Amino acid sequence: MNTTVKATPKSTQEDNKPGFNWNILSPYGFLLPFLVIFSVFGIFPLLFSVFLSFHQWNPVEGLSAMKFVGTENYYIALTDPWLWRALRNTFWLALSSGIAQHLVAIPVAYILVSQSDRLRHWLTSAYFLPYITSTVAASLIFFNMYSPNSGIINQSLIALADSSYLGWAFEWTNQYQPIRWLDTAAMLKPSIAFVVFWKYTGFNIVLYTTGLMTIPKEILEAARMDGANFFHRFWHISLPMIRPFIFFAVTMTIIGNLQLFEEPFVLTKGSGGTGQAGLTISMYLYKVGWEWLEMGTASAISWLLFALIAFFTTIQFVFFGKKGLEGH
Amino acid sequence: MKLKNIVLLSALALGATSAVNAAEEKIRFDGFPDFDSSLKVFLPDFEKKTGIKVDYLMNNHGDHHTKLTTNLATGSGAGDVIVVDVEKIGPFVASGGLVNLSEKYGADKFAESFAPYAWAQGKGADGGVYAIPVDLGPGVMYYRTDIFEKEGVKVDASIKDWDAYIELGKKLKKDGVFLIASAADVAQAIIFTTVPEGEGLYFDKDGNSVVTSDRFVKAFTVAKTIRDNGLDARITAWSNEWYEGFKQGTFATQLSGAWLLGHLKNWIAPDTAGKWAVSNLPDGIYGSWGGSFLSIPKQSKNQDQAWKLIEYMTVNPETQLSAFATIAAFPSNITTYDDALFEQPIEFLGGQKARLLFAEVAKNIKPVQPGKGDHVARSIILENALMQVLDEGKDIKEALAEAERLIKRRTRNM
Repeated sequence: MNTTVKATPKSTQEDNKPGFNWNILSPYGFLLPFLVIFSVFGIFPLLFSVFLSFHQWNPVEGLSAMKFVGTENYYIALTDPWLWRALRNTFWLALSSGIAQHLVAIPVAYILVSQSDRLRHWLTSAYFLPYITSTVAASLIFFNMYSPNSGIINQSLIALADSSYLGWAFEWTNQYQPIRWLDTAAMLKPSIAFVVFWKYTGFNIVLYTTGLMTIPKEILEAARMDGANFFHRFWHISLPMIRPFIFFAVTMTIIGNLQLFEEPFVLTKGSGGTGQAGLTISMYLYKVGWEWLEMGTASAISWLLFALIAFFTTIQFVFFGKKGLEGH
Repeated sequence: MKLKNIVLLSALALGATSAVNAAEEKIRFDGFPDFDSSLKVFLPDFEKKTGIKVDYLMNNHGDHHTKLTTNLATGSGAGDVIVVDVEKIGPFVASGGLVNLSEKYGADKFAESFAPYAWAQGKGADGGVYAIPVDLGPGVMYYRTDIFEKEGVKVDASIKDWDAYIELGKKLKKDGVFLIASAADVAQAIIFTTVPEGEGLYFDKDGNSVVTSDRFVKAFTVAKTIRDNGLDARITAWSNEWYEGFKQGTFATQLSGAWLLGHLKNWIAPDTAGKWAVSNLPDGIYGSWGGSFLSIPKQSKNQDQAWKLIEYMTVNPETQLSAFATIAAFPSNITTYDDALFEQPIEFLGGQKARLLFAEVAKNIKPVQPGKGDHVARSIILENALMQVLDEGKDIKEALAEAERLIKRRTRNM
């Protein structure tokens, strides 16, 4: 007791010494590496792109070529026919590939959890594989598979149409051969959507499998005792109980799909495809910035894209958030 | 550890790294492959002669230009000598970020030694030279001699004009051979090679768009005729089908630059050696397919040494010929054209002395002044309007009018 009482005044005396106390700053010193990196690579570019979006700037002409133009960039972007086309394409791709992903992932996950652990682990890993594959590499392989004359997809269709067993089901495809998956505006979007679907469904399956595993076994067993069949248990118990997972997965899909870039970029060789049928909003802003060298307009478009994603995520939160996050 | 110590330590660390200094003369060359292959061959000689050490940084074609854009934007990070592709030469020359080589090094005195059209492309609006051509892509038609023989057609008669060329296609079609990989190549050839006096590729002298003029209508019409008659294989360049097409003889002709020969011979279709030959482009036109330039960015701290390297690589005939031999980069320096190398028959082309033809084409291409908005117009016309007409059947006049509106919007500030 005595020692502590003595010690206290001594330490206060030390703290009151004249001069700056470096100790107060120590924690910030430890934070410094993060703060520096975050401000240089996080905050600065963000603010710089806000600044840029009100300027006209051709980057190859150097920083001095920047000219203030007010909201002209936003006006030009919003009245540009290609921007609206890119928006429509992005929505088309986001919806078709996004909805398909979840409609497939939930039932597959439900079937997976009813399998033995061993089989489930194997299959989940297999489904997850596309997600960890490099998007560019996978898209390049799809580019070759879609090839009209030598691609494996058309070759398989021709083989199926000519086979004696399945010929009746595939015969009709022959009149459209060679099918130009990536060279016609009508086929391009479904072809891109399929690659996106292929790549991200596995991720959602893993999410939903995890979600379904959290449902207490007792509830499902009780339902079974009460006579609920496989489908009833899915519809009335599992599905409502994985709502938070659905909410999370859908949010991720909205954010990811609205920023779609690599798949359409590789599949259309960067051009956006015939009639810009495969031009997404991210590709468009890349084109404006790096190919047409209009950094100001590109920044404006990127903020419009940000607003769009924020808007749809907010809608998702307002309408489904409360229910989705119930009890969590 | 106290903050004071952290600060002290990091100051020490900084001091240690900045102690490195550049005492010897050293410059960097920024480019894309295959420039490295040819640099390897002649750099030892350059270093021995001048005592300047050259490092090189290679990125692939697209990344290299993206990097240059960032370098010029921020005023740092570019090499002392940079390669600029002809596709990007317009905006780069106009950027103000490159050294005026006429003013600083009297580059104009070399004008006579270079192919006139390429020399003009490296000039800015003020008449100064900002980029020196290092290699060219004289445009020629590659054709399969075996197919031509089988059909009993003569090449000269088939390239008399575009109608004759289309007639050839109709004849080939009966035997299941396509005329060309893509009709788009024909449109590109016409647009690039029939530019009237005093006009740029897409803009006139005053920067007004000319994309609705007769030249474009004709280019689109010929390409559409070829497509509508089913004469082209509808194969995009640089795809597996394209390579396969060269191997199998799916199409009998291909319009391209002299450099395609190297690709065909080395990796696309080495087995077809002897079955190919080259001729002038159809309709008596002379045009170029690709080419690159060398420049010095203003930000470079070793401009004099950089100029020495550029001079060595372009003005010096031996280096030009060495690059021609190693990577088939066709010399931009026309004084090399009487070298014995040009007289050599080329086995891949069945012993044809094709280099003489390349040289003749290079000398005859008319200069076209690059415009500031060429890169924008190019992507709108060739990647979009043309595809809409060919693939979607859009009306030519309508497609061009829409393209012009877009080009005007996009280049409003240039």
